Order: sequence, then C-alpha cells, then structure tokens
Amino acid sequence: MSGTKRSENRQPKLPDSTDHAMEHLRQQHLMLDPKPRGELNALVMESMQTVTWKFWLVVILLGAVVLVGLFGAWGYLIAEGLGVAGVNRPSYWGVFLVNTVFWIGISHAGTFISAILRVFKAEFRRPFTRAAELMTSFGLVQAGLSVFMHMGRVWLSYWLFPIPNQRQLWPNFHSPLSWDLLAITTYLLASTMYLFLPLIPDLAMARDRSSGWRKNFYKILALGFRGTEGEWTHLRTALNIFAFAIIPVMFSVHTIVSWDFAAAMRPGWNSTIFGPYFVIGALHSGMGAVVIVLAIVRATMKHMQYFIRAEHFDAIGKLMLIISMGWAYFFFNDYMVQWYGGDKYTDYLLHWHEAGPLGWMWFAMLVVNIVIPWAVLWNKKWRSNPWVVALVGLLINVGMYFERYIIVPISLTINRMPFTWRLYQPGIEIPLSIGTLAFFILLYVIASKLIPIIPVWEVQEGQMAHSLKKFGRETVVTVSELE
Amino acid sequence: MIDLNQVGAKGALVEAAEGKWGMVIDQDLCTGCQACVAACAMENNIPFVGEEDAGYGRSMHWMRIERFWEGEYPEVKMTPFQPTLCQQCGSAPCEPVCPAFATVHSAAEQLNLQVYNRCVGTRYCANNCPYQVRSFNWRDYERPAPLDNQFNPDVTVRRRGVMEKCTFCIQRIHRAQDQAKAEGREVVDGEFAPACAQACPAEAITFGRLDDPESLVSQLARQGNGVRLFEELGTQPRVTYLKGGA
Repeated sequence: MSGTKRSENRQPKLPDSTDHAMEHLRQQHLMLDPKPRGELNALVMESMQTVTWKFWLVVILLGAVVLVGLFGAWGYLIAEGLGVAGVNRPSYWGVFLVNTVFWIGISHAGTFISAILRVFKAEFRRPFTRAAELMTSFGLVQAGLSVFMHMGRVWLSYWLFPIPNQRQLWPNFHSPLSWDLLAITTYLLASTMYLFLPLIPDLAMARDRSSGWRKNFYKILALGFRGTEGEWTHLRTALNIFAFAIIPVMFSVHTIVSWDFAAAMRPGWNSTIFGPYFVIGALHSGMGAVVIVLAIVRATMKHMQYFIRAEHFDAIGKLMLIISMGWAYFFFNDYMVQWYGGDKYTDYLLHWHEAGPLGWMWFAMLVVNIVIPWAVLWNKKWRSNPWVVALVGLLINVGMYFERYIIVPISLTINRMPFTWRLYQPGIEIPLSIGTLAFFILLYVIASKLIPIIPVWEVQEGQMAHSLKKFGRETVVTVSELE
Repeated sequence: MIDLNQVGAKGALVEAAEGKWGMVIDQDLCTGCQACVAACAMENNIPFVGEEDAGYGRSMHWMRIERFWEGEYPEVKMTPFQPTLCQQCGSAPCEPVCPAFATVHSAAEQLNLQVYNRCVGTRYCANNCPYQVRSFNWRDYERPAPLDNQFNPDVTVRRRGVMEKCTFCIQRIHRAQDQAKAEGREVVDGEFAPACAQACPAEAITFGRLDDPESLVSQLARQGNGVRLFEELGTQPRVTYLKGGA
C-alpha cells in the first residue's frame, strides 16, 4: 500500500526524455501511441468491413469441412451407433471426452485474460480481451458438441436436464456428469453475457458508422446504447460485478470436469490433486491458443498491426512461462502422489504411460509443455516475435492434447481386470475432431467480420486515462487512478 | 421407526452386509467349457457381435471365462479359470455415477438393476466398474437365421447405445417367487438357478439366498477358502470364488 503511495507522489522517471526515446516508447506501447477517437473507430470499422474473396474461400472451405466432418460424420455415428467410433471394453471413453476437456481448456483463456487481468488492472489486456472472450464462447460450443457426440443415445440427451416432465424422472445429482452439465451450462451462459456486456458500446459505435443490413444488425444488438453518463455507470458496475463473479465460475468448471475422473475409482484417475491440475492445464492450453489466434488475426486483418503489438506477445509470453512452471509443479505433484501410493494397478499404469506403446506421447508431452516454453520464453527478443510465441502456443496445445489423451483413453486401457486390457484406436473420432476444430475456426472467422474484434472503447479509455508508474526498473502504463 | 445408524450416505437404508441373493463359483471345479457363457447369451438375448468387434474388445457376454497363466515359456502353468460376471455389489460404484438413474439398486431383491429404457449411454458406469463386467451395445447387431427364432420372451431386447449387464437372471427369480406365492410357500433353496448355474456341467456354480445361513450357497461361502474380488474396495460383492479347497 505504502509502496503504491510513494510511486504516486514521485514523478516516474522515463528512461530518457529525448525525442528518440519517446518515439521508441510510442512504437512499443499502444497506450502511449494514441490516435483520435474518430480515427480509431474508422480503423476498427474498416478492418471489420473489408471482406475479400480470400475470406469467402476460407469460409467455404471451412463450411465444407464442418458439413462433412462434423454433421455428416455425426449423422453416420448416430445412425450406426458407437461401433463406428474407437471405444471398446476397457476404454469406454475416448477422443470425444478428450476433445471436451481440450475445448473447455481453450475456453479458459478468455475468462483468464479478460476477467483476471481486468481485476488486476493489467493494461496490456485492453486490445485483445474480446479476441480471447470469443474463444471462450466458441470453445465451449465445441466442448458441448463433443459431450453429445460421446453419448450412446444422444436423441435422449434432454433426460439429463432437470426439466419437470411426465416421465417422473429427475437427473441423478450424485453423478459427476450432472455436476458437469450444470457447470458447463453456467459457464457458457456467464461467459456469453460477459462477452456481450463490453461489446455494447462497440456495437453502438458500429451502428452509428454503418449502413444497410449491418446498421439494422447492430441496431438490434446495441440495445439502444447512446453513451450517456448513466449508461456508462451501469455498464461499468455490471462489468465489475461480472469480472469478479466469473472468476470462481471459471475455476469451478474445470475442477468439476476433473471430478468426472477424480471421483471415479480407477487407477490413475482417483487423484485429489486433479482439480487444480486441470485448471492450470486449461490455462496452459488456453494461453497457447490465444497467441495463435492473435498472431493470425494480426497477420490477416487490416490495421491489426497497430492494435496488437510485440508488447502484447511479450506480456502473454511471460504469463505462458509462469503457467508452464505451474503446470510442471502440479504434474509432478500428481505423479509423485500416485507413484508413492504404491497401488499395484497405478504402478502398472504409470509404467504403461512411459514405456507402453504410446510412451512417446508421454515424453513428447513433457518436452512441449515444459522444456520448449522454458527454453524459449525466457528470452525477451523471442517472446516479442509473434510467430515464435504462436509456435510455442501451438506446441503447448499439442502437448496438452496429448496430456488429455493420456488421461482418458490410455489410462483406461489399464484397470483392475488384466483380462480386459486392450488398446484404443480412434475411428470416426478423427473426422469429428477435425470437424469440431473447423467449426471453431469458422465461427471465429465469421465473428471477426460481424463484431468489432478490438474493444475500441477500452483502448480509447486506456489511451486517454493512462499514467506511467515505475515498478523496479520497468515503466508500466496504468489507468489505476481511473477508478 | 427407522434406525438412523442404518441410514447410509445416500439416505437409503444400508443393506445387510450379507445381501440377499448370492453366488459361489468353485474354481477348482470349473473346466472353462464356456457352457455358462453360451447359456447366459441364450437366456438373456445377448447379441453376437462378430469376430472383428469381439477381437477389438466389444464382446457383449455378461459372463466371461478369464484364463491366465503363470511363469515364462516353456515353464508355463495355467491358473484356475475365473468365470467373471456382475458381482451384484451391495455398495456398487456403477450406481451413483449414472446421471439418468439408469443403473439403480433394487431394494426388494438387493441386486443392481439396469433400466435399459432410461440409459442414454454415457458409459460412466462401465468406467467405474472395478470388475469391467458391463457390456455396451456398440451397434444394432443382427441375429442370423435361425437364431432370430430363439429370443427369450421374458427378457427385453436392447438397442444400440444402451448399457447392459448380468441380472442374476432376475426373470427366473421372479418366476420362482410367483410360483411359490401361488402355492402359498417360500422359495425353496435350489428350486431354481440362473442360466449359467443350470448349464454348468461341473456344478461349479451355486446360486441361492445368502441371508439364509442354511442354504447351500451360504454354507459354501463360509467354508473357508472363499475369496471375494476386490472386497477391499468396499463394494460388498455378492459372488464368492472358491479356490484351493481340499
């Protein structure tokens, strides 16, 4: 507290007040490189309204993949039964649940970046909160779809919802799957509202600067926002409440997903550390996915070089490094406790992980989740290169996919009845996984042309109201005086 | 008046430790002939999944004969055959995890029931079963003629996407109980048997009331060389395996 006071009183000393140094700072920091309001709005509007033939090509290709890989293959799966998938006697759960856990993991990035960084007033979040929040909602859609693909009789899935009905049936709330359903639904609703709230002023901005069908579209979505003092006060209050309230929801959702496994009496699953281990894993893959998306958005959309800069990749890179260390810590904890427990079947399982036919996956997971982030992300120069950070993010996502694959089908091959031990081989799960990925990208690509992907008002707020503070040797842009 | 000491975590009355119906399988007598497996499939309308699916771990037998060996080749020694079926746990891990109440406990018979019509196919029960004895309908399997003429009318035919498992031939239990009730008497020990016990040529399988200390199955279970699979997990299995007897 006193430390903050002192730094407030003392004028922060910039590295060098020559023009050259100021110019350098301006190039580095979006907050120190302000543009007039009208110009910022125009940049964002133009990036959104520029639709080239390349965009349509991508949309058509992705749409074709979604139609065939997702809906076509799913229809075939429903008509034929799960025999066309790879699930079998010991591995009753397979890639569908790997995908569920994976996409819920991806969805953690949005909340982490936009809620936690908002609460902690980390200013570098401003230009890409929306890009991350979109991932949350669209990722959860894929997670939900994967759950339904996994079910044997998906046409009866409404039996899992607590709807008053004449069948006199009620879902079993003892089952972790019921908790799961409630947690995912809550998170999807909360994150969609949290995506929509800060979008309202930008939609109003777009409404005032567009014509034709776009104008009607934004008019409906902007809910008549005019930017009066009262409206802004309400918006800020709502955002503040949401930002704090959604953080426990985010932690709970992946903890509850982990309970699907941890509450079961299976060697390798029955581990009390699974809750936090899954949450940190979700953040690990989520942050990795955010940098991939940001690097692609920056490279393909107009004017994004101005909004998304090396400083942002640098900042996320630091977070990725810390989260990678956290993941390594929890991984070691989980492994250590299971190994030390000395249970015979857990022992078989741990050997199966490392020395079984898919042992390469276990080692690859450790390399891409720990070794590569630690080797690359300590270096500011590499961290500031979008494509380097995006590549590390991609590798982390591959590693986290391996991790979930090891936890679900590989761990299921070993159980207490050695007579049933058998390998799992994915079948129709492969086109369906590709279809889900394509559906995620398709939703994202379409959204990038429909809603302002940069939260303009937040960037403007940061550029207008910031001040500089010195923490150690680092000069930090902050608007903490605003509230 | 309910004795609160008898109320378990789920609010239901805790079952008597010995259970009601039980089975004893004498592994010293079992020859591994698979007659029980065939009889079970006939009795319970279990489909034939075909060679390919069976090889991939999708056989749907409610009962299987597990065989193992000890030692390294050529010094290999067979261990006794182990017929494995649903252990009808008193405290069953499959039951609480089902989100749709499709796998439930029968208070009257003290057995685990599978309500096929309620099952939506999450397969969580099968994952949580330490004995791996639940079978899933991976597809709608065809029955080649003339096998389509031998369905047992007392047992529901299941469709794809549904979990199923051994019921201790509950249709036979009910038939025996109805018969006894009509004649105004109790069911006599040994009056009826599940399909597997009936078919066993070596009489290795004995079925009966565990809560009746005079029944053959209770006496065999008590005779000293009985083992219950993974009893240490607290599942209260109702099947006792006899091995290494005199």
